[in-house]
Amino acid sequence: MNVELRSIRKTFGTIQANAGISLSVPSSCIQGILGENGAGKSTLMKILSGFFHPDEGEILLEGERTIITSPADAIRLGIGMLHQDPLDFPPFRIIDDFILGRKGGLFPDRRRAGKELKALAAQFGFDLDPDAWVDTLTVGERQQLEILRLLWLGAQVLILDEPTTGISQPQKEKLFATLKSLAGQGMTIIFVSHKLEDVEFLCDRVAVLRQGQLAGTAAPPYQTSALVRMMFGKDVALGARTAAQPGRSILSLEAVGIDGARLQIRDVSFRVCAGEVIGLAGMEGSGQSLLLSSCAGLTRTVAGHVGITDCDMTGHSYHAFMRKGVAYLPAARLEQGLVPGLSLAEHFVLSEGRGGPFIDRRAAAAAARERIDTYNIKGAPSHPVEALSGGNQQRMLLALLKKELSLILLEHPTRGLDIESTLYIWGKLKERCAQGAAILFISADLDEVLQYSDRVLVFFAGRMSPALPAEGLSVERLGELIGGKGWGAFARETARA
Amino acid sequence: MSLDVILVGLAGVLTSAAPLLFGAIGETISERAGVTNLSMNGKILLCAMGGFAATLATGSIVLGFLAGAFIGGLVALVLAFASITLRQSQVAVGFVLTLLCRDLSYFLGNPIMGATGPRLSTLRIPLLADIPGLGVLLFRQDIMTYLSFLLIVGVWIFIFRTRPGLLLRGIGERPSAAYVRGANVNRLRYLYTIVGGAIAGLAGPIYSLSVKAGWKGTISGLDGMGWIVLAITIFGGWNPFRAAFGAYLFSFLQWLGLVLQPALPGIPSQVLQVAPFPLMILTLLFVNIGNAEWVERSLARLPERGRKRVVKILRALNVKPPSALGTPFEKE
Repeated sequence: MNVELRSIRKTFGTIQANAGISLSVPSSCIQGILGENGAGKSTLMKILSGFFHPDEGEILLEGERTIITSPADAIRLGIGMLHQDPLDFPPFRIIDDFILGRKGGLFPDRRRAGKELKALAAQFGFDLDPDAWVDTLTVGERQQLEILRLLWLGAQVLILDEPTTGISQPQKEKLFATLKSLAGQGMTIIFVSHKLEDVEFLCDRVAVLRQGQLAGTAAPPYQTSALVRMMFGKDVALGARTAAQPGRSILSLEAVGIDGARLQIRDVSFRVCAGEVIGLAGMEGSGQSLLLSSCAGLTRTVAGHVGITDCDMTGHSYHAFMRKGVAYLPAARLEQGLVPGLSLAEHFVLSEGRGGPFIDRRAAAAAARERIDTYNIKGAPSHPVEALSGGNQQRMLLALLKKELSLILLEHPTRGLDIESTLYIWGKLKERCAQGAAILFISADLDEVLQYSDRVLVFFAGRMSPALPAEGLSVERLGELIGGKGWGAFARETARA
Repeated sequence: MSLDVILVGLAGVLTSAAPLLFGAIGETISERAGVTNLSMNGKILLCAMGGFAATLATGSIVLGFLAGAFIGGLVALVLAFASITLRQSQVAVGFVLTLLCRDLSYFLGNPIMGATGPRLSTLRIPLLADIPGLGVLLFRQDIMTYLSFLLIVGVWIFIFRTRPGLLLRGIGERPSAAYVRGANVNRLRYLYTIVGGAIAGLAGPIYSLSVKAGWKGTISGLDGMGWIVLAITIFGGWNPFRAAFGAYLFSFLQWLGLVLQPALPGIPSQVLQVAPFPLMILTLLFVNIGNAEWVERSLARLPERGRKRVVKILRALNVKPPSALGTPFEKE
């Protein structure tokens, strides 16, 4: 379907999210929409998918002026949107999630719908069992389910909002192959992202948004530097690799075993020294989160020993780990890391954890102001923390870390952040390393893993690889390991040793 | 005690569980849509009084039940308006409503205190009532008890098998996703809150026109039932069959208290009367124990084989409430 947006304008309060954006996307085209956080990508897509009504401007489908009243109306017109966090029902069975929202008789024919789901899935090489539960799926699989559902409802236009955030490399490759085949069948694909390499690899053409306006368009072959300049209005340099000077031992695991809800980890041993950065890679749910949370004392180990700076911490609680200088930054920033409703200043007061029963408001605000400046957070001490953008929330979490830390554990430290924030966050983390802390982090972004780690641990179905030096490891090799290929070599090595 | 006496007693358990069932299943519908209706205790009292008064005034038992359903729906409408339209806290509004309804029932019910009125008659089902054993137990009940059996099955089928039931679960689980799929979340929440309220409202007249006919104000023995209903809803995991199990368990414990009283003269009768309540709470605790972090921690110490079995049982017992329960829905 040919889609045309004409001078779309949308303001929220005083912020102009879209300031007159025009864009035309023909069918069979994969259109990339590139821009940093807050550039207006999401607003534009939510207007096209019926969430918002534009203040001004119009939408043309197949050349005809159309008013889209709601998301349900959009899908009726053939426009389906895949949200960054798939809008599905985690506690439901896949088949129930699949049919929810489709019109029909009182008793839905689950068996027939299941067959249709399987047939659609087979077309794209997806493996989805209609009777399984949605919350047992990985984010990538939930996206697959959502894509199939939108196709089943007759979508002609597919909008994908940051779909590669939080999915593994093999899943990303599968997604891209699917999108290419859909475009080949005449679908219109709109791919929203802030990841240059994804857009460059996949899209037939790219529109770059900056501060609510169309900053420019590009067609292959893309020049990365030109795209970056359009995104930021200036050049941004990527940092160079720096090798660590390992110091004293910070974390040691000896023959550790962990029982997860769906997966077991057995007999894991390794050692991390001060100044080291260890990247944990693997498909979501392969065991890396379990290992990370047991390094923080959040998940109890069932075998072996966990040591922090020469103390045996096996079986101790999170608070005991905290006292040893362990900090844990979860992926769900607003749910697990910050307290929505409390202001920035109140967060700093809470994290200090000392002083009398009364809060010295003025001193707290001053202290908050100082840290806000140091960490370059865009917000005032009195702002509620949920008003911050994703990048600023992550900066906030870093700013809340105690001064003296030995081990920092991070889940997806830069998920959903733009390049500038990512560089900033890693700059701060590397400073911590230089001060003698060790870092363990999980990331689905293989480039990030290779760029910032000294050593990499790969997880596959509860198995952990030996620590591989990041230098000399290629994205391809890492992708294979994550997908379960090439593990035989490790077994042979251990056998010889 | 002869078998016949036990059977009659157990039949009585089924009868006295009927109001609990209507209450818990009405609440289940409302909570599945994402609205907690804490007005239950006061509402049941007000509906019991109102239903009895309506029957007394008109002589029609049917009108008594309709009055109960109407009052229940009306109270739910107030809650729906406050929580969905005005976006106020469901818990706070529910508490105020429960106190208001309770006092209102005692105040308005004063003139009919102790009056004798009609009572729902037993409806023998021909042929089935003559089956030995089962006949006494199941088929010599009144119509509301029969309806309570149908309600369990019917509402279960609605929630878990039909298309609108799926949407109902959707709006309580993730309203934003349901909205994207075309649901008018707030209108549906109004609908299900009122329907659930009306069904729960029937619990009142069932009590005052059948289980313990009449209105005796504060000594009706009805005050507190609403809280048990709310506990049964949670214990029942928002599933009609599990709620039914809870309701029958509670009635059975109450009956047991009465039966055992003569046999255990050493125990004060108050203890046996009150016992079902802590027993219910203990059951609730046991059912939800798997949620607790310390349980997970101590389980990790068990040997591998035994642990797996325990974890499996705890998981099966454990149910999660609808994720959006108690939170208002905003489009963005």
